[in-house]
Amino acid sequence: MKSKLHQASRPPLAGRRRLLLALATTPLIAPLGASAQSSSSLSRPIPSSGQALPVIGLGSWITFNVGNDRVARENCAEVIRIFFAAGGRVVDSSPMYGSSQEVIGYGLGKLTNGQQPAPVFAADKVWISSGTRGPGQIETSRQNWNVPRFDLLQVHNLLAWQEHLPTLLAMKAAGQLRYVGITTSEGRRHREFEQIMANQPIDFVQVTYNVLDREVEQRIFPLARERRIGVIVNRPFRQGDLIRSVMRHPIPAWAAEIDCANWAQILLKFAVSHPAVTCAIPATSSAAHVRENMGAAVGRLPDESMRRRIVAHIQKL
Amino acid sequence: MSEWWTYRPSDFLLFASRTYYRLFELYNADIWPLQIVTLSAGVMILVLMRSRAPWRGRAIAATLAVCWLWIAWAFHWERYAAINWAAGYFALSFAIEALLLIWIGVVRDRLHFDSKPSVIARIGVGILFFALAVQPLLGLLLGRDWRQAELFGVAPDPTAVATLGLLLATNRIHWIALPIPLLWCLLSGTTLWVMHAADALLLPMVASLVLLLSFRRSVSRR
Repeated sequence: MKSKLHQASRPPLAGRRRLLLALATTPLIAPLGASAQSSSSLSRPIPSSGQALPVIGLGSWITFNVGNDRVARENCAEVIRIFFAAGGRVVDSSPMYGSSQEVIGYGLGKLTNGQQPAPVFAADKVWISSGTRGPGQIETSRQNWNVPRFDLLQVHNLLAWQEHLPTLLAMKAAGQLRYVGITTSEGRRHREFEQIMANQPIDFVQVTYNVLDREVEQRIFPLARERRIGVIVNRPFRQGDLIRSVMRHPIPAWAAEIDCANWAQILLKFAVSHPAVTCAIPATSSAAHVRENMGAAVGRLPDESMRRRIVAHIQKL
Repeated sequence: MSEWWTYRPSDFLLFASRTYYRLFELYNADIWPLQIVTLSAGVMILVLMRSRAPWRGRAIAATLAVCWLWIAWAFHWERYAAINWAAGYFALSFAIEALLLIWIGVVRDRLHFDSKPSVIARIGVGILFFALAVQPLLGLLLGRDWRQAELFGVAPDPTAVATLGLLLATNRIHWIALPIPLLWCLLSGTTLWVMHAADALLLPMVASLVLLLSFRRSVSRR
């Protein structure tokens, strides 16, 4: 797979499109020169700070909730290892996701043998209806992850956001947290979401975005750009349904024009090529799939006409 | 939960199907050979239902209650809770069902069976037999590992089905003991449905049949 990706990242594109693509993406997309393996990984700056984040992260909904199954935990740890080896940094979870936080903590611990903090951009959520119990939940989550502090904490699905947001902003002001965000999924509560984006000093929003769910392009993405808010994309595969449906069909020939070797990379490159998007967080417990996903962080991204082509093609399938 | 109408059952699925079935595999390995004891207890219930011992109702209710209590603690609380934050509520529900069975069958001694059972009561016995002997084999027939078998007395699904069968086989409907196993069948069926399990409809079908026959018997005895 690795060799395929490297082959795919060769630049056969000619002239005009390549120049246009370069012009369109240069201010936003840059290689992340963290390691030899990730030297060609694409990154995006966090709008509020300029810190570069790799465009492909790792979600944990369902996939890392394996309980106390030691075999499955080792498998998840291997997924995390491959993810970081391929230049990944952003890992996202929630107290809602069962044992996922503990499994991430186990995987991160194995990554560094517990000697030093893992080079992770730790993104988690607060998900509890009581505002006063929020700090306790956050501390439990931190212990599960076994990280000194979270990089990003988000109010999960806007649950009790009026109470949690002041807590998170106070933590950020005290240096206990770097970024604050809110999340929703599958298009829920977008009006309230926009009001928070317009009125609160948040750094990130997390929304559902994929080839078939593009409502956020209308108002949330423009607002994010205007307010300099980073966007994390969840469910880029529609919880697996989208990729399962497209995988019944052959990969189109034009996939080579955006250095995609499989459907996962096409879907992910579609999501992260929107200028408002900072990164996408596909979830998987498969070593093969995380390798495929990380392949979307290298090579060329689709330009606007290619994005339209991807949508048209998949809608016809 | 705002905009609750926008949520689908799949939005509440917290784990992959392989994780769910691995849970049973590891659980079965942990508690072995308890399964032999509970299956024997199930056979004993069937035998007792045909006996004339005056204490049979109490013995059956106590046996079944112990199974519900065991599942509440050993399965829901100790294991399922690791992958499903709602399992604590399931444990509580199963413990309540155990107490209801003790109240009806042991304390009040109201678990009786007709010497000449009706057709509906016979169907109840059939459902109990199905839960004991057939339901554990379904997974195997559907291609799942035999080590992941869900068995009466230690796994919630066959225990709920067996309880519904038993309650249908008694000489009167004990409505108070029906809701929890019925709701469990609906809930577990939904979980299996969103996991695309081929046997997802089985539990809701059994629950519907028991509910329908219970109403029918209730009406016909007025």
